[in-house]
Amino acid sequence: MIDFLNALTLLANYIIVPGLAYGSQLALGALGVTMVYAVLRFSNFAHGELMSFGAMCTILCTWALQSFGISLTILPTALLAIPAAALITVLYCIIINYFVYEHYREKKIDTNTYFIVSIGVLFFTAGLIRLVIGPKDQNFSDGVRFILKARDFKAMTGLNEGLAIKTTQGMTVVVTLILVAFVFWFLNRTRTGKSMRAYSDNEDLALLSGINPKKVILITWIITGILATVAGALYGLDKIYKPFTFMYLVLPVFASAILGGVGNPVGAVVGGYIIAFSELIFTFAYKKFLFYILPESFSPDGLVQLLSTDYKIAVSFLILVIVLLIKPTGIFSGKTI
Amino acid sequence: MILIDTLSKSFGGIKAVNQASLTIKKGSITGLIGPNGAGKTTLFNVIAGVYPPSDGHVFLEDEEVTGLPPHELFKKGVMRTFQIAQEFSSLTVRENLMMVPANQSGERLLDTWFRPARISMEEKGLTQKANEVLDFLQLRELADELAGNLSGGQKKLLELGRTMMVEPKIVFLDEVGAGVNRTLLQTIGDSILRLNQEMGYTFCMIEHDMEFISKLCEPVIVMAEGSVLAQGSASEIKANNAVIEAYLGTGQKNRKL
Repeated sequence: MIDFLNALTLLANYIIVPGLAYGSQLALGALGVTMVYAVLRFSNFAHGELMSFGAMCTILCTWALQSFGISLTILPTALLAIPAAALITVLYCIIINYFVYEHYREKKIDTNTYFIVSIGVLFFTAGLIRLVIGPKDQNFSDGVRFILKARDFKAMTGLNEGLAIKTTQGMTVVVTLILVAFVFWFLNRTRTGKSMRAYSDNEDLALLSGINPKKVILITWIITGILATVAGALYGLDKIYKPFTFMYLVLPVFASAILGGVGNPVGAVVGGYIIAFSELIFTFAYKKFLFYILPESFSPDGLVQLLSTDYKIAVSFLILVIVLLIKPTGIFSGKTI
Repeated sequence: MILIDTLSKSFGGIKAVNQASLTIKKGSITGLIGPNGAGKTTLFNVIAGVYPPSDGHVFLEDEEVTGLPPHELFKKGVMRTFQIAQEFSSLTVRENLMMVPANQSGERLLDTWFRPARISMEEKGLTQKANEVLDFLQLRELADELAGNLSGGQKKLLELGRTMMVEPKIVFLDEVGAGVNRTLLQTIGDSILRLNQEMGYTFCMIEHDMEFISKLCEPVIVMAEGSVLAQGSASEIKANNAVIEAYLGTGQKNRKL
């Protein structure tokens, strides 16, 4: 019985808790990608860099707050900085939209061109980030590091295995829940949200119903900017902010969005968690876990790891390929919000 | 009401609409007929702002509206329906109707937060209006159904309903009767007549069914090869030689093409 509890704790510590946090970050990222796809009908590959941009603004705002001696004592100061950072990121989105995407939209360019344009925006944003904050890693997490320490957990339960929950992980899940609930409420309950859904459903008819496309697009960018900032800031807080990781983060984010059905917000959230858990499940070393649940004579010698953690990205790639082969529309058959 | 002055639209080398000039009188139900490829739908699209015209002008009550984007034309009271009925498939029938009126307070982000009472009052009014429209079209029991699940004919009715949510100056109907069964066609026809007589709507409709046209439209405009060929009452049109020729062709003409 004790062994079984130990095994469960092990899973909780290495898969469930990190999976929930990472899944939340992916879900927020995928939600942003999906919103842009649903309304503007193109895959925004610059979304990863947008997240990075949001995280960078959060860091700068955090530093500013810290220099004034403001902090949240227990929670990371970054939480306070996120709204201001979101505002800056939203402004950046609006500027990019105005000078780049709007230009192409007026020319009624096809979606493939749009997608190439978004790659241009990706490099521009990446360059801008290097200019402002430099290519080095930044750690901007402060406050109490753990909600639950492994040592305390062991003392509490008397188990061999510890369970640690980082403050940032707890915060990630809570903030994600609030933001996702807000986005869903917005899309389903408010008139503006309904206009967005209508526009995404049938653009021609929406235009002829007097829905102003510029307004819908503007609101899409506002929501996307907020989602990207929060996703980027939480990812940076949870791990560490490295400007280069976001280029690779785009892959699991897109895998999540496509797995759930691009353009479908429920799908994006579900997809985010599925991708996060798959990555962890495939790269977790089960040696200790099996040691606990199997009789002693069966316990394995190797690490019993399906894939090395170096191949983490490959997991999302594999899922992406499988989904595209079997059900290209994703689980929830997306396209409209 | 609407004056179309030597309007042209070409796609590449093809002149879909070629110097078409016509007027639509206030309070009329003007029928627009012509063989396939005559440029009727293109003409509609140009008037409704889907494409800018290559040449020519459109006036709405003496105001030039040439090439305005669709959502601005809508605000000026120009509405249209589509040849293949369009709907917001993921919204309910009632929500589809409530989508129509422009400039709702709920559309302004700030009002969403700071004036919820005003929005809910507006929404209440809209819901009532939508219910009245649904009663008029005998669609009440489908109010909470997703519009994507309606039959083709019901979607056509819904399209007509959308025009009733606002007070349009003119409604362009693109083959509202196509692919609709006789009974439903009757309902649609009656609704159009009632809207015209009781509420003073002006219609301009593309239609192929001569019987349907004769019952509703006065005058009828015939288009062929992008221009206006003839204009008159339904019976005059039926007897017009040029029209018969345009529809049936005269061997000679086909050979030239």
